[in-house]
Amino acid sequence: MPDKTRLQLYIPKPQARPGEPVNFDGLVVPEAGSVRRPDPLGCEADMRDMPFSLVRVLDEGGHAVGPWAPDVSPDLLRKGLRAMLQTRLFDDKLFRLQRQGKTSFYMKSTGEEAIGAAQSLMLGQGDMCFPTYRVLSWLMARDYPLINLVNQLFSNEKDPLKGRQLPVLYSARDYGFYSLSGNLGSRFGHAVGWAMASAYRNDDKIALGYVGEGTTAEGDFHEALTFAGVYHAPAILCVTNNQWAISTFAGIANPRDTTFAAKAIGYGIPGLRVDGNDFLAVCAATQWAAERAHANLGSTLIEFFTYRAAGHSTSDDPTKYRPVDEPVHWPLGDPIVRLKTHLITIGEWDEARHDALTAELTEEINAAVREGEAVGTLGKSKPPVAEMFEGVFKEPDWRVIEQRKELGI
Amino acid sequence: MASMNMIQALNNALDITLASDPDTLIFGEDVGYFGGVFRVTDKLQEKHGLTRCFDAPISEGGIIAAAIGMGAYGLRPVVEIQFADYILPAYDQLVSEAARLRYRSGGEFWAPLTVRSPYGGGIFGGQTHSQSPEAIFAHITGLKTVIPSNPYDAKGLLIAAIECDDPVVFLEPKRIYNGPFDGRPDQAMKTWAGHKDAEVPEGHYTVPLGKAAITRPGSEVTVLAYGTMVHVALSAIEESGLDAELIDLRSIVPLDIDTIVASVKKTGRCVIVHEASRFSGFGAELSALIQERCFYHLKAPIGRVCGWDTPYPHAFEWDYFPGPARIIRALNSAMEN
Repeated sequence: MPDKTRLQLYIPKPQARPGEPVNFDGLVVPEAGSVRRPDPLGCEADMRDMPFSLVRVLDEGGHAVGPWAPDVSPDLLRKGLRAMLQTRLFDDKLFRLQRQGKTSFYMKSTGEEAIGAAQSLMLGQGDMCFPTYRVLSWLMARDYPLINLVNQLFSNEKDPLKGRQLPVLYSARDYGFYSLSGNLGSRFGHAVGWAMASAYRNDDKIALGYVGEGTTAEGDFHEALTFAGVYHAPAILCVTNNQWAISTFAGIANPRDTTFAAKAIGYGIPGLRVDGNDFLAVCAATQWAAERAHANLGSTLIEFFTYRAAGHSTSDDPTKYRPVDEPVHWPLGDPIVRLKTHLITIGEWDEARHDALTAELTEEINAAVREGEAVGTLGKSKPPVAEMFEGVFKEPDWRVIEQRKELGI
Repeated sequence: MASMNMIQALNNALDITLASDPDTLIFGEDVGYFGGVFRVTDKLQEKHGLTRCFDAPISEGGIIAAAIGMGAYGLRPVVEIQFADYILPAYDQLVSEAARLRYRSGGEFWAPLTVRSPYGGGIFGGQTHSQSPEAIFAHITGLKTVIPSNPYDAKGLLIAAIECDDPVVFLEPKRIYNGPFDGRPDQAMKTWAGHKDAEVPEGHYTVPLGKAAITRPGSEVTVLAYGTMVHVALSAIEESGLDAELIDLRSIVPLDIDTIVASVKKTGRCVIVHEASRFSGFGAELSALIQERCFYHLKAPIGRVCGWDTPYPHAFEWDYFPGPARIIRALNSAMEN
């Protein structure tokens, strides 16, 4: 018997820490237009190369190229740009307001705006998204009233969630936006169940589920994909791989030589890996997966490859665990700049219109904030305390009635 | 009326619900083609179709998550967890999602699901086929927990649970699926045949959630029990010769506090009986509520007869199970003061 080698526990490390030069070596970014587009009605077994490529449409010059270039109108692209810009400006404004103590907490989605905005515009009004806390652009693309967001963030008297929920954890049923919760991944399976229900009713609606790459390590992710695969649930299941789960780099959630999209293979559903900063690629992949779902061929797992340009939340300082200039060196760029460049390239946009839109959106956001501040910021206004006792059950039971009286209400 | 055991009564409740409400569907491990490991879903797939009653992957978290999503869509799912001992992988879904959905969404979404699960001991089930986890659900705001003790209630409570717009954990005492059990394992097995509560109407009816039943009226001491322990307590009361009032809680949440308080104020004494282990068991909540509301009527300390604070053992089944002898001791002790 040969001598046994002493074992060593392997702990993955990111390629660069604070003070070290940014290092994206080994990150393979294929040319836009270079990846094949399989027939969405084709056989899953014939698509198992897809999770290891990266679907990209917009080239360096802002041209839409290759088989994935979607058939979308300039109007839709301008709506998308508007939603992304609105999200970015809103995030910046609310981040500052948190620093002023007007809300207790905020989370930006900087750099990831293309994903929610494009998917919101590609899916139907009756479809339902099961979001993470970083998909504000879905609501922006559907013209969700800014004042509702502001009131929720201030937990004031007009908060649509009646002061019960942490800021950012919105719920907007009429806008296809399922109730958020702080628990990571626990709604991924709800998306699958919702999709199964649509199929059970012979409806034509589909569900969209989101998790971040860190959350793929939760059991819920495995459970949801098992159900999605087994029952051919008409759902689009998305992993937003923004490289960071708070301070933890993506390599802690998945071994380096595979991809998050590749997890689809084991569950028997197609996996696509898509440039998440390419608005057109997000549109195209969503359209592809929706066509497949509508044809009763079930779910698709899409990994959106992107980068969390901002801190995890207002409680986080990313300079403590990654190089300070890492975001600006991200090879896939900024989704807003890339779509803006494309629209200018095709003659459907210009700098003056962009500046005017920025000014218009800034004023809309400032007006909503002023309106919300007039109602009250955190601690200055709140819904009636009786709301604390409502909604535990459909009808309150004796315990909450008694406890409400104990509080003198 | 038909004579049914508890399995047949539950099956009948599901059959009636599937027939009357197209938004109701059933899934869980082995519930489809096979009809369930305890036969509760027997022939439902054959009768109502593949999409109405189907098999699920062995994934308790996945089952409850899918049911919550279906509920958000507008269906009324009834899912089975094969043993209550195996509900824990779905605990996060029940606690963090089903129980909170209505509250956290300001009423935009809710979870009208029913989670059926066989529970309780007395069957040599050992550690993972015997547990009584009702207290860990009772502590969760937003969940209802229901436990029947006979075929009539089982059917009526199950239909009421399914029709309820709140999430309900429906625990079925598997020891009494086939017949009442009085806690005397050395005696011959009884069936439900001839028992007054085994006469079950064939059509639709409900037993309201949140209403206890007075199984035996009495004047000297109040006994609170549910599930299998209702029968064990009744047998103990009869042997004791005391005029005890036996209350079958039926619902853990919502709790019928009025019936309990009225009884204890009348008798001045109370013994609580449950299979689950004692420390932080549901008996502790009952005891506290009674102490708060009936303090000046109490003539003796409130007694608790429970499982021991150990995992549920195999060889020591009848040393662990709170049988008639221990209940009689507690009754006599309550009467001594």
